[in-house]
This record gives sequence, structure tokens and C-alpha cells, in this order.
Amino acid sequence: MKSSYTHALMPSPLQFVRRGAVVTLENVPPTRTLLQVLREDLGLHGTKEGCNEGDCGACTVVLGERQGATVRYRAVNSCIRLAHSVHGHALWTVEDLAQDPLIDRSGQPLHPVQQALLDHHGSQCGFCTPGFAMSLFASYQNRVCQGQAMGRAAAQADLSGNLCRCTGYRPILEAAQRLDQYPAARVDESALLQALAALPPPASAESAYLAPTTLAALLRARRHHPDAQLVAGCTDVGLWINKGHQQWAQLLDVTRAAELQAATIEPQDIAIGAGVRLSDAWHLLVQDRPPLAAFAQRFAGLPVRESGTLVGNVANGSPIGDSMPLLIALGARVVLMRWTDDGPQGQIAQRELALEDFYTGYRQNRLGPDEILAWVRVPRAQTAYSAEHPSGEWTRVYKVSKRFEDDISAVCLAMRLQIEGGQVKAVRIGLGGVAATPLRGRACEAALTGQTWGAEAVRQAMAALATDCEPLSDLRASADYRRTVLGHLLWRGWLESQGAQAWPLHLDAPDPLLALAAHPEGQP
Amino acid sequence: MNTACGRSLPHESALAQLTGAATYVDDMPLLAGTLHAAPILSPVAHGALRGIDPAPAWALPGVHDVVLARDIPGDPMLAAFAHDEPIFAQDTVQHVGQVIGLVLATDVMTARRAAKQVRLDIEALPAVLTPREAHAHQRYVLPPVHVVRGDAAAALQTAPHTLSGSFEVGGQEHFYLEGQIAYAVPHEQAQWVIHSSTQHPGEVQHWVAHALGVPLHRVRVECRRMGGGFGGKETQAGHLAVWAAVAARKTGRPVKLRLDRDDDFLITGKRHPFVYDYTVGFDAEGRLLGLDITQLVNCGFSADLSGPVADRAVFHTDNAYFLEHVAIHSFRCQTHLQSFTAFRGFGGPQGVIAIETILGEIARHLGLDPLAVRLRNLYADAPATPGLTASGRRDTTHYHMRVEDNILAPLMTRLAQTSQYGARRQAIAAWNAASPVIKRGLALTPVKFGISFTATLFNQAGALVHVYTDGSVMVHHGGTEMGQGLHTKVAQVVADELGVPFAQVLVSASDTSRVPNASATAASSGTDLNGRAAQFAARNVRQNLAAFVCGLDGCGAGEVVFQHGQVITPAATRPFQTVVGMAYANRIQLWSDGFYRTPKIHYDKTTLTGRPFYYFAYGAACTEVAIDTLTGENRVLAVDILHDVGQSINPALDIGQIEGGFVQGMGWLTTEELVWRADGHLATHAPSTYKIPTSGDIPPHFRIELWPEANREDNVFGSKAVGEPPFMLAISVWEALRDAVAQARGDASPVQMDAPATPERVLRALRP
Repeated sequence: MKSSYTHALMPSPLQFVRRGAVVTLENVPPTRTLLQVLREDLGLHGTKEGCNEGDCGACTVVLGERQGATVRYRAVNSCIRLAHSVHGHALWTVEDLAQDPLIDRSGQPLHPVQQALLDHHGSQCGFCTPGFAMSLFASYQNRVCQGQAMGRAAAQADLSGNLCRCTGYRPILEAAQRLDQYPAARVDESALLQALAALPPPASAESAYLAPTTLAALLRARRHHPDAQLVAGCTDVGLWINKGHQQWAQLLDVTRAAELQAATIEPQDIAIGAGVRLSDAWHLLVQDRPPLAAFAQRFAGLPVRESGTLVGNVANGSPIGDSMPLLIALGARVVLMRWTDDGPQGQIAQRELALEDFYTGYRQNRLGPDEILAWVRVPRAQTAYSAEHPSGEWTRVYKVSKRFEDDISAVCLAMRLQIEGGQVKAVRIGLGGVAATPLRGRACEAALTGQTWGAEAVRQAMAALATDCEPLSDLRASADYRRTVLGHLLWRGWLESQGAQAWPLHLDAPDPLLALAAHPEGQP
Repeated sequence: MNTACGRSLPHESALAQLTGAATYVDDMPLLAGTLHAAPILSPVAHGALRGIDPAPAWALPGVHDVVLARDIPGDPMLAAFAHDEPIFAQDTVQHVGQVIGLVLATDVMTARRAAKQVRLDIEALPAVLTPREAHAHQRYVLPPVHVVRGDAAAALQTAPHTLSGSFEVGGQEHFYLEGQIAYAVPHEQAQWVIHSSTQHPGEVQHWVAHALGVPLHRVRVECRRMGGGFGGKETQAGHLAVWAAVAARKTGRPVKLRLDRDDDFLITGKRHPFVYDYTVGFDAEGRLLGLDITQLVNCGFSADLSGPVADRAVFHTDNAYFLEHVAIHSFRCQTHLQSFTAFRGFGGPQGVIAIETILGEIARHLGLDPLAVRLRNLYADAPATPGLTASGRRDTTHYHMRVEDNILAPLMTRLAQTSQYGARRQAIAAWNAASPVIKRGLALTPVKFGISFTATLFNQAGALVHVYTDGSVMVHHGGTEMGQGLHTKVAQVVADELGVPFAQVLVSASDTSRVPNASATAASSGTDLNGRAAQFAARNVRQNLAAFVCGLDGCGAGEVVFQHGQVITPAATRPFQTVVGMAYANRIQLWSDGFYRTPKIHYDKTTLTGRPFYYFAYGAACTEVAIDTLTGENRVLAVDILHDVGQSINPALDIGQIEGGFVQGMGWLTTEELVWRADGHLATHAPSTYKIPTSGDIPPHFRIELWPEANREDNVFGSKAVGEPPFMLAISVWEALRDAVAQARGDASPVQMDAPATPERVLRALRP
């Protein structure tokens, strides 16, 4: 397979902006990762390989994407990011923070993130340090430079994809919360935008790495290159390459089609295109349904959310993917598109399926060889149910995993009930981690539908839920545990709807008991 | 006068690390002709290796060679203590992930792809995967050890109360962020240079020389820094170095071997999992009267360091408590798994958690406050049964060492005050009564950790201090830098000894050609040993300089002061650099060696008695947790620590060790679960499936205080070792979780739970 692209298909030149200048690389193979290019081709050894699967963050770099008149900064895992996918963007590695001529550091030798980590003793062995510095650089651009507070919760959220085994994190979290106390460092965005605008779009015709910039071109490419491996954020395909050693002669990147980079709130639906990164998709979903915020933050780590796409997650269809149970509960639909010969120049044809009908088996789905999963459409939230206002929508999603952040669900349960005057009018239950595909809990739904939303109905629905799935025992949990906890999560949803204390205990919430732990005699 | 020691100076490499300029082995420029290696792994836990067909690997373009056991020029067995590990598996395979050979290629991904193509003909044999099964078949890597004092059986018979129980504590993957790596380079005249990420360059040198069949002086091993070690690069780094060296020997080319993270998990050893069976007798106040405990140690397929690890678990089964009548039975079980190895605490945590679990059960059984029970059982001066201990007091360990420096009673009392332990216990009980789903727990547990290698011979160290003619100082010592700040502390000690600014002192990469025969940087001993050796070396140089200026100024050596970069005599004040220049011109030696061996220690392996430890490091932690009784999910909410580092050479570094150790221990006992499939394959072989703590797991209230007292033994700067002891402070998390489970259940029955306390285990403990 390797020979087919070296002889038949050449990749187009890869170009990005670094330190204000254009870097041009020729003949970068389509499956080469950004980390390989940095370390092996460019000799930039500051960026480290810790796990080569996007779970440790040692390889974190920051991308700057042109979004109209602004720059969107994203911390991403360079180990599972394909090098060609950064074409047209700006790139910063740890070596650049104190060297980029486009960053005005107010005369300081170090960037604030470096100085703060130094002052707070935030590095020990130093191997994770470049990744932390880069995640904090993105935080600095996205929060501090926007005048937003960088509290403890924000710091933890932004560092959710970075592992440290030495420090215990406390000094890093403290450094993060004091970034605004250092002399400012500003990126000259107008100069950067100018440099980015001068880069040509990714070449698409007959390249080993196809990245069409319009929907029509993308669909035509899909039709003409049915063997090209579809890629979006590559947060899973990157593992197939690094760990499964897979290679393809040609890749087709769906994220560059301008139409599919849109995520919009329409009157009935939230429409999320195939080019929309998970972080942006979750932002919209949470905006519509604020109770999803905690779940959104537990979906992988931030660098994965900044690369991966919601549509990619759905198309990949992993039984342990966390978005599908929720999207099934919300009644989401997928829009599949293809190019047809109808009409004088050909045209786009599309079909729409309920998400749960898209899957046919373990990582198998109804996507045709000429089709692209172009959009996910999620029905909008209705008025929220509460014990005081017993008519409305009650939506909750819970996952249970060994680690709270950046872990894969042992089980995931999502529920959306439409309640009128205390009666359950309609309900959709989405289940993850309990079968070969994401599931709808139809027996559970049947048990609840038409019932009074109350403890008795929920107990019966818990019993029905146990018949909805046949969970397995594996490294994450036993089948017994999964079955038991699914029921308990339904019960938790009921309790919460009645105003009971929500789990998790929110880390930033004032805790009267912990106030007791305060030193009676001040610092020793 | 100290201007460097005692200050929170930044880590000597921090600036380089933050700018991407700190070099690790994988960052070194490659020599032309370098080949990249990838290991061929056994997919079978136990089997007869009938044949190896590398032809499919050869078919890949870029593959250069395949290296197997027959290519080893020297002994095909590693030069490990027990001499029980083959370098490459030859006739049998003994765990999934055992290395059978290497594939060499022009790039690393080709090598890895090709290694998976090698066809192995293995006849699977029955595999033993658990220590109970191994114990039943008497399969041990080393003979059992029994340590007995008094008459435990009689004490248990007469005790007013007894409890029996069994539980298991899981292993732990080191998850150093920098995976294992070695770069072997052939040099002229059968010499070899090995760049290794290792805590023990001397052992790497020994193992490589042994495998290549050359004298030690032909092999030079260098390590500037590791991206984390935690014990995982004590012996395990040696394997990689030997593999790379054998390949370099065969091909005559430099060979780099960097393990993929998944392979690192499959190949290398981890913390030993333990199984415990105990019976304990106690009085109505919870005082321990007799203890009989069996420890089944899961050692994996070979001995590696399992002997001293299991020994240290035996030594620390008392933790901080006087065990009057005790019988400890330690079985070193052989299983078809990775060979478990050193990991921060080195068996100590597995000893401490046993007694802390037992004391928690005793308090619950009697309805007493667990802290009161713990305080009541501390080593003390009160009389013991006549004739039982040499001193006749409750201050002598079961291995006959007197505890002379015990500070735990005041330390724990102070922590109980500053953390408001009593008020919080009451508040938590009231809160739990009103909270149907979420329940909280609280625990305050101590640690007493013995400092010194239990193998007395390792407690020695050497150093060289060079003063150049411009007054700049270079230090070479036998320790290694893995992030703990050893080089920073050693430079602080040398700077003060010479009275020069800290920035004037540089510590070199660890290198076997500079300081020979160095011990591993392990057992928390790095600063104690190497700091003292470097101090002695610097002192020799200083004395040379002092004698020289005495001659100039006609004063006594005791009148010469070295401080702030000046050499001060009653007659003159001269810059250090000036004195150095003058001394050089007068042919005064400006460099020296230093050598240190720890005093007072001795240990008789045959009678299991003596003073294996120079001193003890102490500490205590008070931890509050919450559990969700619907799912078993749990959170650490608040941690207060009071820890004893003696007089701190660098408080910031010491606090970093305490916090980092605690969080690592917290991971061991909560989220970090190693799961092997029924076929012996490690299912949790990457950070996607093996979960170390993240920043989100850090409690919002996390406060560290240092105990304000110098080491009572004569140690460098009055400090105490700090690498390992804080790890065991995290046992307070374990006890707090068990407290929360018991409070949720509202009864006094034992909390039957294994570690780590995953949500599933907590839920099961709630509904036994």
C-alpha cells in the first residue's frame, strides 16, 4: 500500500505559519503526524511524545485558525493530528513562546505562562511541561487576553488533557490562576492574519491528501475516490495509524468544506456540520441545554475536543463513544449527502436518518461508499421541567468512569422526558457502554410513557431498563455493575428532577464543611 | 553560612524545560547510520517457544536486521541478582509482552510494523496468573520469609477481641511521562556508550558489559535526566540498554530503542500487587495485642527486586505502631505476568496499608475514633512485656531496631488540631445523617518510613567537585535526576560549602566514567548520599584554598570564611575567583573527590534483625472524601498534610515531592486499576484505559505544612529524605473512603473492599 502513494499520488505542499514566517514542506506523506514532522523533520524536540494516542498531552501544540477577522486558538495533540490538517494555520510549539516575533512580551524574556510555571515550581521531570505550557498558552489567548477570569475550574478544564506524574498539579493550577498578574504578552493578530491570508488553500486535485474546500468538491471527491480513507479530526484514526500501523494511499479530509464548518441554532434544530470541532459543537449544545455542561467537559480532554468533530464521533460509531447516547435521547438525526449525475452538472442528493437507525452493528453503519455524513441535527430544547413547573423537558446525561475527567464511560445513560402536568408524554433513553452499538432503551421508555413522573414509575422503569441491554464484563466494569448502575442513574435523574443534591459535588461550590478545615492559627 | 540551602530555588532545569531546551535521550541528535529498534513480544502468558520466523518482517522495505537470543555474545541471562531472567526469551515465554527479540529498521514506525509481522510458533502451557494460585502450588521466585516476635498465637488466643480478614491491593504502573529508552553507540576498541533514561547507570553498565562479555571499563553510561522514574527505571532501564547494546554489537551501528507506550506497559514491571490474610487480637481500647499476617506478593515471572521489596513490606507492616506479638509470613509468588519491580515506597506502602486497614477495622468494630486507636498504638516509652524487647519498652520494632527519633505523637496531635479533625468528624456525621445519597468520610493516618537501602552495601556514594580557574564549579556525583530536584539540592549544598552563589555551580550529567560504582538513585536516598559526598568533595577544595590563603595572610584555617562569593580572612577579603586564580598559579589542587557511607546501619539477613535504617521520616495526612452511594463514584475533597523533611534544603522541592507523592498514592488507591484478561494479557496498557489522576482530581483544599525540626541524626544540612515517605500519606484517602462506606451503611461490620477503590468496588462494599 505504501508504494501506491509514493509512485502514484504525491501530497501537495504543506504550508503553515510559524514565528511570522511561512513554513513549506514538500512530500509529507498523508499519514504522517504533526508530531513526527515537528520532531523528526524539523528537529523541534521541545514537543514530546508521551503516549502517541492523545491521552497524555505531552505533545500539545497550539494552532491558530483564521476565523473571519479573528484568530481561533486551539491546543491540540500533535501526536494524533495529521500534519496536512494544519495546512493554512498558524502553529506554535513550546520553543516559540519566547521566540515568536509576533508575540509582544512587554520586554520580558519569557512568556507569562513560562514565567508563572517557573515561579510556582510547576515542572519537575519536565517531560509533560511543554504540553502544559502550550495548553496554558491557548488558555492565555482564549481567556486572559479576552479579559476572562482564570479561576480554578477554568484552569482544570483547560488542562484536562494534560497528565503530570510528578507535581500533583497544585503548583500548575496556581500558576494558571495567576497568569493575569504578569506583564501582558500579545499576539499581533493583524500581522498573523495577513500571513495566514497569503497562504494558498490546500490543493485538492489528485493529491494524496484531499481537502476540498466546498461541499460540492468534497462530495465529488468522495465519489471519485471511494477508496480514500475519510478523516475529520483524526482523534481515532490517529490511533489506527500510530498503534494499528495502518496506512492509506489517499485520505479525504471532510473538515475543510466551508459549508460544513458551520454550526447554527435554527428555530427547530441545532445543525452541526462535519467540519465543526467537538469543543464548538458542545458549546452550542450546552448553550441550548445548560445542564449538559458538566458532561460536555468530561467528553475526552480539551485537546481532543479541539481536534475531533462531533460528526466524526457519530460516524465512527464506537459503542463507548459518549455523544451517541445523548444524541439518541435528544432525537438527533444524521444527514447523509452524496453527489449524483442528475442535472446538467450533477447535484447533491441527501437523506436523513434517526441516529439510532444509522448503526447496523459494531462500528458498522449505513453510510454508502459515495456518501458523507455531512450534518447532525439536534432538536432544540424546550422549556425545562422542574418540580415547581411540572410541564416541560427533563434532560440529563450521566457517565460513570474510573476517572472523572478524560475517561471512557463504563456506562452512560441519557434521558429526555417530555412531561406535561406531571405526566410523562414522551421519553427517549440513550445508552452507552452496554452493547455493540449505542442503544435506545425502548423497554424503559415504554415503562415510563404515560406514567406519572414519580418514584413508583421510575422503579418500574429501572426494572425495564435491565432488559434493554446485555452488558459485558471488561476492564472498565463488570456486567453486573453496569446493569445495576444504569438503573441507579435513572434514579439519580429522578432525584435531581425533584431538586435533590446533584452529583458530582461541584468543586468550586462553597463547602461549609471544608471551611472547617481552615487553620485556626493561620499559616505556621 | 547558608545562602543557597534552605531556599526555595527553582529546579536547575526549569527554565530549559519551559522553553523546550531540556534534552532527553529521544531528543539527542542521531548519529549517521542509526538504526531504530522495536521489540518482538510474546502474545502468550506461558508457552514453549518452538520457532521464530522473521521472514515476514524482512519483507518490509527499510528493515535492516532481526536480533534474537543467539546474537548475544555474552551470557544470555541478564546480570540481575537472581540470574533468572533471559535477555531474550529463548525456549519458553513467561508473560504476555516478554521480549523475544528486536527488529531493526531505518525508521521506528517500520521497525514497529515489522516486529508485529514476525511469526512465532508458541505452544501454550497452563499459566498461573494470581498469587493465591501460585501460593497453592508453592511457586515462588525466592524462598518465603517469616518474621516473628513474641507469641502471636498465644496472644490471639487470650485477646478479648479478635478480627480476621482478607483483602487485596493492586499494583501500579509508573507512568513516567517519558517512556523507557536507550541509545547504544559503538565506539573504538570494543567500547560502548549507552545513553539511557535510567536511575542506575552503574547497573546498566554492569548488565551491558555482562551481556556483551566485556569488562566494565568498556561501557560508559550517561544520563542527563529522566522524564520521570519513580522506581520504574531502576532495573527496567537496564533491559532496554542491554537489548539496544546487543543490537548495536551485532550490526556495528548505533541503535536507538524507544518503546511505544503500549509496549512499555506490556513489557516493564510495575508495583507489586499484594494479597493479605490476617488475624488480629486487641483489647477494648483498641490496643494491638497480637497479629498474624500472611502477605502473598505477586512478583511476576522473575525475582528482579522482589526480595528487597517484599522485605520492606515486612519491615513496614508496623508502620508507626508497636507490634508486641507478631508473626509475618511473606511469600514471594511467581506468576506469568510482568516482573513486578521497584516503585516509590518499594513495598513500604504495601506494608503500611495492611496495618492501617486493620486499625481502621478495629476502631469500627469497637465503635472508637480511629485516630484515638492509632495514637494509642504508636511506638512509645511505656513498658512492654518483660524480656520481649532489649530495652524493655514499646519502642523497638519487630526487627529489633529501636525507634529513637519518634515524633509522631506530637505531629499527629498538631495535625489533628490544625485540620480540625474532631470538629469535622462531628460535622460529617451530622451532614451524612441529612444526606441520603452522598456520604462523606474522614481519616487521619501517619507514616513512619525507614531511610537507607536495606542492603547496607548500597549506602555509599561518591562525587567530584571541580573548580575551574574562573571560579565556576562543576559537580559530578553518582545520583541521577528524574525530576525530584537532586541536582538542584546537591548544587545548593556545594554552593554553600564553597560560599559561592548557586548560579556558579553546575551539576553534570550522570556518567559512569566520572563516578564509578554508584548505587541506584532510589530508596529516597539521593540527597542524603550524593549531597554528602559532594559536600565532602567541596570541603576538600575549600580546605585547600583555606590553607593557601592562611599562608598568604598568616592566619589559622578556622579563621577563613567562604561566603557570598568572597574568601574572608582577618587580613583581607578577596573574591572567590581571585583566590582560585592565585591558588592555581601556586599549583594548588582545585578539584577533589568526596566519599560518604551512611553510619550506624547494619542488618543481618539470616536473623532478620539489626538497624537497617539510619533514621525514620515521619508524616501524617488528614483526608476528607465523598462517595455517591448510587454509583460508588468518589472524590477527595480536602487534604491536610504535616510532613517531616528535617531541615529542608529546598522547601519548594520538598513540598513538590510531598504533593506529587500524595497524588500518586491517591491514584494507586482510587483510579489506577491494572486489569489482566484471563489469558494474561494486560488490558489496561495505555493512558486511555489506565487512569492516573488529572488536575481535576486535586482536592480544592490541599495544604502542606513542614514539621519544623532538623533530623536528629547527622545528615546533610539536617535534612531528611523525602522521595518515598509522602506516597504513604495517601493511605488516608483509602481509610477515609472506607470510613465513608461504613458511615453510609451505618453499621460496625468490616468494610470488605480491595484497592484501588474504583466506583464498582465502593458500590460493592456498600452492598455486600
